[in-house]
Amino acid sequence: MSTTHLRLPEQAEAVPTPAPLLRVRGLSVSYAPPRKGTHLGTGAALRDAELEVRPGEIVGIVGETGSGKTTLARATVGLVAPAAGTIEFAGDDIGRLRGRARRAFRRSGQVQLVFQDPLRSLDPDLTVAELVREPLDIAGLLSRSERQQRVAASLDLVGLDPEAVGHRRPRELSGGQRQRVSLARAIATRPRLLFCDEPVSALDVSNRNLVLNLLDRLRVELDLAVVIIAHDLSSLAGIADRVAVFYRGRIVEQGRIRAVLEEPAHPYTALLTASAPSVAQEDRLRPDQLRPAAGTPAWPADLGCVFAHRCPVAHDACAEQPAPAVVPQAPGRLVACHDAVDWRERLDHSHPQKESA
Amino acid sequence: MSSLREEPSTLEVSDLQISVADGLVAVQDVSFQIRRGESVGLVGESGSGKTLTCRAALGLLPAGGRVDAGRIVLGDGPEAVELTGARRSTWDGVRASRIGAVFQDPASYLNPSLTVGHQLAEQLRVKRGLRRREAHARTVELFAEVGLHDPAGVFHQYPHQLSGGMLQRVLIAIAISCEPELLIADEATTALDVVIQAEILALLRGLRATHGLSLLLVTHDLAVVAESCERILVMYGGQIVESGPTDQVLGDPQHPYTRALMGVATIGDWGRRRLDVIPGQPPAAGERLPGCRFAPRCGYAEAACLTGPVPVTDLGAGRTSRCVRTSASLAEAVPA
Repeated sequence: MSTTHLRLPEQAEAVPTPAPLLRVRGLSVSYAPPRKGTHLGTGAALRDAELEVRPGEIVGIVGETGSGKTTLARATVGLVAPAAGTIEFAGDDIGRLRGRARRAFRRSGQVQLVFQDPLRSLDPDLTVAELVREPLDIAGLLSRSERQQRVAASLDLVGLDPEAVGHRRPRELSGGQRQRVSLARAIATRPRLLFCDEPVSALDVSNRNLVLNLLDRLRVELDLAVVIIAHDLSSLAGIADRVAVFYRGRIVEQGRIRAVLEEPAHPYTALLTASAPSVAQEDRLRPDQLRPAAGTPAWPADLGCVFAHRCPVAHDACAEQPAPAVVPQAPGRLVACHDAVDWRERLDHSHPQKESA
Repeated sequence: MSSLREEPSTLEVSDLQISVADGLVAVQDVSFQIRRGESVGLVGESGSGKTLTCRAALGLLPAGGRVDAGRIVLGDGPEAVELTGARRSTWDGVRASRIGAVFQDPASYLNPSLTVGHQLAEQLRVKRGLRRREAHARTVELFAEVGLHDPAGVFHQYPHQLSGGMLQRVLIAIAISCEPELLIADEATTALDVVIQAEILALLRGLRATHGLSLLLVTHDLAVVAESCERILVMYGGQIVESGPTDQVLGDPQHPYTRALMGVATIGDWGRRRLDVIPGQPPAAGERLPGCRFAPRCGYAEAACLTGPVPVTDLGAGRTSRCVRTSASLAEAVPA
């Protein structure tokens, strides 16, 4: 598996793009100590991830539980050290920071992580004002009065009235308000990159779009680079510019969100979009067309492509993990599939199925 | 759905009122019917009273919660049982045997120290009087029916060894093991990723067909209902604000709240689009509002909406709406 950097040709016609703020190359993370030489061992949570995020851009990350989404976030904020690869933030490799340097980077608050469940990630004993001020205290930024102003400004930015909610505690707020407090806390240090781990999955539809619109506004007003981890494609479709699809620790497809969701080049992405429930019942592939036909011999565990065991069109070549590559049929995208796009044709002939009972 | 008119009733709820701790009224004036073999979606945001309503039908209201008024009748004719105020012995004959249920977090409904097969077999022995060997065989059959691979192997596994989707299949197997008339699925797919969610929904649709089950699907996601239910009930602030055949309600919503929900739901096309927001917050449980409970957030509200209770209007063709306006006058009016 090469760790060389693959440049995406997609922005060729788009507005001149700034240099990536975050550049992840060949990143692998393992939670168990590697055994035997360079092998990553059984604890490999992320393998050979390539990702770029530019200022003012929202990148979505989708994938099932355990596919490495949160691991990427944890590695980027410095909560876990990479086993291989580099994490360049504004030109510096932050994956190689150790000890004091790593702590200093984390405390600087340039990269912030918003956790999934605000009720469990916010200290219940602190008031909203204290919660939002805490990262500033830790970073040692600003004077006392400036911190106070920054707290008020941050709460204003997320649409909360500092006077009204500043003295309340998390349990005295609604779910949507709590999530906005988490955001205010994250942006208090004026980060350049914001990682949001499932920011809306605990929220109702009314609050969901409120928080998403807020993220959309913040990236413009603060020139933030935002990475949103989600398992709900529809919430991402609304605001993300690009999307990366994770499966079993690998990024199997990435590109502009509309292209990826409307014309998936990887069979797993196709299964995802076909499975997403939708109010409009348009003509599209059904999920059961994208599963191996009944009676297909089971694919050997851990052999080759990570998706082969669930792929409807896996064949001999899939015994080797394909590297993410730009495919001519789907410009501007990186796809890790030997049969990117072309698998569709084989799908129709191989086994037409009916909706199973 | 006119043919369903002839089918006997599986569950009939009339004028149900539920209060929670401190006597706050959380559900009021809820009436609906589920007929045999029908699938009904109950949609609402958290706090809308949808979970309380289905918990009342299971006799599982949280501490302090009680049914103040109304009737919940399971079955039709000689089989009919009144569930409001039912005794423990009545519930023993109803829960599991006549109503099955699956919930959002399957792991918390299973005993972590017993194998999943043991837990289903136990129910078959207690409720159906099967012998150990028969119960084992039937359990493996049921596991196969809900789509678990290697059902005989799964029998001997503990809950922690199974994924969320597999656990939900185990719970569904337990829920249908005694051939109930009604299956209640309360946010049963919410915690699962989209691929597994689609599989579980397909499984529920299939079981409905093979077992003649009636299905009450409780969810906050309109899109889930759109794909799996014939009829839809939209709840807001403890009341049903609109009901009718799913395609008609979603195709031409009559109540402003349903319209607002459609605006924020997944419409099916991808790519960048406007993310609508319903302004304001839903009313808290027990909050006293003299008029329509949605009026404070409604762009179409007029004086009549705020003064007195808004009755349910029968729109014909099985549709109802709790609104003073009709869709024609909604179309004319410009939202404030």
